[in-house]
Amino acid sequence: MTTTLNFQDWLALTQLYADYASAVDSGNWDLWPEFFTDDCVYRLQPRENHERGFPLATLAFTSKGMLKDRVYGIKETLFHDPYYQRHVVGTPVIREVGEGRFRCEANYAVFRTKLSDASTVFNVGRYLDVVVHTPDGLKFASRECIYDSEMIPNSIIYPI
Amino acid sequence: MNASSTVFPDQPVWEDDGTHRIPFVAYTSEAIYRKELERFFYRNHWCYVGLEAEVPNPGDFKRTAIGERSVILTRDADGALHVVENVCAHRGMRFCRERHGNRKEFVCPYHQWSYTLEGDLQGVPFRRGVKQDGQVHGGMPADFKTADHGLTKLKVATRGGVVFASFDRDVEPFEDYLGPTILGYFDRLFNGRQLKILGYNRQRIPGNWKLMQENIKDPYHPGLLHTWFVTFGLWRADNKSQLRMDDRHRHAAMISTRGSAGTAEQVTQVSSFKESMQLYDPSFLDIVPEPWWGGPTAVMTTIFPSVILQQQVNSVSTRHIQPDGHGSFDFVWTHFGFEDDDEAMTSRRLTQANLFGPAGFVSADDGEVIEFSQEAFESKPFHRTLAELGGREVENTEHMVTETLIRGMYRYWRDVMEAPA
Repeated sequence: MTTTLNFQDWLALTQLYADYASAVDSGNWDLWPEFFTDDCVYRLQPRENHERGFPLATLAFTSKGMLKDRVYGIKETLFHDPYYQRHVVGTPVIREVGEGRFRCEANYAVFRTKLSDASTVFNVGRYLDVVVHTPDGLKFASRECIYDSEMIPNSIIYPI
Repeated sequence: MNASSTVFPDQPVWEDDGTHRIPFVAYTSEAIYRKELERFFYRNHWCYVGLEAEVPNPGDFKRTAIGERSVILTRDADGALHVVENVCAHRGMRFCRERHGNRKEFVCPYHQWSYTLEGDLQGVPFRRGVKQDGQVHGGMPADFKTADHGLTKLKVATRGGVVFASFDRDVEPFEDYLGPTILGYFDRLFNGRQLKILGYNRQRIPGNWKLMQENIKDPYHPGLLHTWFVTFGLWRADNKSQLRMDDRHRHAAMISTRGSAGTAEQVTQVSSFKESMQLYDPSFLDIVPEPWWGGPTAVMTTIFPSVILQQQVNSVSTRHIQPDGHGSFDFVWTHFGFEDDDEAMTSRRLTQANLFGPAGFVSADDGEVIEFSQEAFESKPFHRTLAELGGREVENTEHMVTETLIRGMYRYWRDVMEAPA
């Protein structure tokens, strides 16, 4: 059992975080589910619920299939004002190294830019992650986006 | 009308006695908005403040809002509920900054005036002045009575675990306020079972607050805007439906029972329906009927002016409208379950919550259309919207192909807003 992080793992992990940010900002939504394992957990949850022990999340998905359903919703059914988003993600903090898995966290800020409009701070929080080794490289077994932002500026359509 | 401007009128101009064409200025005028706050939120009406389950223990409190006024729901040592205004009687400070917590008393930090959870003033520092060299300096005047300087106390009504309050001591009883028909739908959802809070979602929608009431009084849009509903067969044109209002047409219930006869394609008549489309993960629609439904699979109830009660299959929530200026409101969702829910039902309610809220598959787009309506209203307030589907009258119906509930709400709006002061 490995309990220390070697340089290769660290490189792969930071690359995973950078790749994720790049993918969700690219507008190619089909890239997003591929960062996850088949039985993954993805949650977008207000910090208030997280800290008070309330289970409700703004989005709560418990399989890669649900993420694909969300992508279909974004592309085909959810009417929304088009916007760009830009993630700025901090360096991950490693909380725990287990056999083939890491528990880590990272701060994030997402900016939103609507057409003909100024860029604004959209959603700010931290990722609480479980990352696992798979034959296809590192994947998120769990990604919880716990956001500080007290008011969602109308709506969130694209993945955080 | 403002004679000097044809684009920016002062007053709404209705085309006749009806309410089927709503002036844009009703959504854009700050003066009209302030009159709405006064006549709907602060006088004669009951406004939503929360659920009893949010303050289960003695000393618990929750800060919230009625209109633009900050209020605190408290439970005192004897278990009684109170609602007080979050404005210190001394210098007017909004003293309560936490959104929830547990206290034995409230103390305004500015000069440490302290209040009971019921809102009575109990302590004023230096009330008797300061003794120095055998003399008493300062202090409050001799005729100062703490009893005269409590927090503003609101009238409180609770029913089925839901708490409403009113600044108006003379407001009619809550049951009369809802009227028997809407009360029936209220009691269907809140039938006395203990509620279990699942959590909150908060969004700020840049549109007039009435647009959210109208959105949930508009059964025309769900099958057209919310193509997700249609794509996956949750909305069908053969859904059995009823629209109901109270006698004054201010509140409403949209009641629907999901159709099941024939293939959805034959009955939907909406091009976005895709028979072949399947969810990758069908657990979004793992719907299990509950005995308390008594038939209908969805009942959306609008309680004017402050709250929407949602039952969409297994997902239940309150949606609190907190206006902030004529062009924006905060929309606070409280999802809940019931004490007798097993783990599977709780998890089902949480999964179906993905459909609703600020990122929901079928609710995110409601906020978007409200924003873009408001944008247009601001640009040409002399114009008007059209709400003539199903005719120009106000009536209960046995179908959804009508905007009667919107006309009903504006019938009431005109009655109240056009009455002499």
